[in-house]
Amino acid sequence: MEHYISLLVRAVFVENMALSFFLGMCTFLAISKKIQTAIGLGVAVTVVLAITIPVNNLLYRYVLADGALSWAGMPNVDLSFLGLISYIGVIAAIVQILEMFLDKYVPSLYNALGVFLPLIAVNCAIMGAALFMVERDYNFGESVVYGIGAGLGWALAITALAGIREKLKYSDVPGGLRGLGITFITAGLMALGFMSFSGVQL
Amino acid sequence: MSGMNAEVKEVLAKPIFRNNPIALQILGICSALAVTSNLKVTIVMCLALTSVTAFSNLFVSMIRNYIPNSIRMIAQMVVIASLVIVVDQILRAYAYEISKQLSVFVGLIITNCIVMGRAEAYAMKNPPMMSFLDGIGNGLGYSAMLLSVGFIRELFGSGSLFGFEILPLVTNGGWYQSNGLLLLPPSAFFVIGMLIWALRTWKKDQVEAAEFKLAPNSKKEAI
Repeated sequence: MEHYISLLVRAVFVENMALSFFLGMCTFLAISKKIQTAIGLGVAVTVVLAITIPVNNLLYRYVLADGALSWAGMPNVDLSFLGLISYIGVIAAIVQILEMFLDKYVPSLYNALGVFLPLIAVNCAIMGAALFMVERDYNFGESVVYGIGAGLGWALAITALAGIREKLKYSDVPGGLRGLGITFITAGLMALGFMSFSGVQL
Repeated sequence: MSGMNAEVKEVLAKPIFRNNPIALQILGICSALAVTSNLKVTIVMCLALTSVTAFSNLFVSMIRNYIPNSIRMIAQMVVIASLVIVVDQILRAYAYEISKQLSVFVGLIITNCIVMGRAEAYAMKNPPMMSFLDGIGNGLGYSAMLLSVGFIRELFGSGSLFGFEILPLVTNGGWYQSNGLLLLPPSAFFVIGMLIWALRTWKKDQVEAAEFKLAPNSKKEAI
């Protein structure tokens, strides 16, 4: 149990997807003007990560990894070169299914998340987390915790940035730096702040 | 023929300064931040991304008339993912050390919005050859940004370029005290922010409109 809690805390703070690995930056910078939308997007990313990481984990361990097909009588098959295309396929398919499911059964949530779901399929935070999961060789339980933690961390970062940007629009920024430029510098300062977590060992 | 040449030049050169994917379109930023502390790694990443963008544009444009509209995203993604797998395997075979340093970022070319964005915005509507050039142009725009960031970070962060010493470091008996901040990942944000500032001071039309106008100061007593 302790192991899982430490993994969760590490995924949220120490190895924050957005501010330590700079994944999902395009949406992070483009859709962080309002706190409301930022929270919506953060929740959507968390949900998608919590589902896709464990599914990709199962796919990796029972189909793609070296010798993983031994349950089907083919112990010498190594399909790991198909990894990239399978993970992105799984992510795109799950996002599509989630969209249809929400549309049918939870229309209120669908209306809140609707516009963000298609964007998430190409969000590098999702794909990046899948690749990190494979690189670090997590088991199924760890991958569930890691998916949730990575999503929460990303949601936290984008909400904080949106909060700063809402205040920032009342300040007198030099012309050329306005908008994207100052957002980059703000995100850099936030990343420096998050680096203070990097020594934390649980 | 000269009209054709002008169009080629336009497609190739426009993304470098006038419509830079990173500085203006907010596309493909993730990798720009993470792989720029060392120029050797940066250049490999730029080559990988430029070739993937160019060829994905070429192939998507070739099959654009046969892709049903409803599944075009998946179709584009399959093309892109296959190309990235090819690049990944080549890097592992011929540049194993660098592919280790790039770790997940080669795989993340799939979700790099430049590739997907150009396939969707340009290759779906234009003939193959022009799409190929558009891919190269946007790859060059991305590379220009990445190489300038990598140049600044490596030169001032560790006093070298491509691993060769340019500014002799104090630790090796020289005079240059290296700036460790530039080797840390957050410095990439500052460098890109400053580059955007410089670019927009030069090209005034890229400056974003203010969302909120400050009222002029009406109180005089403080002076």
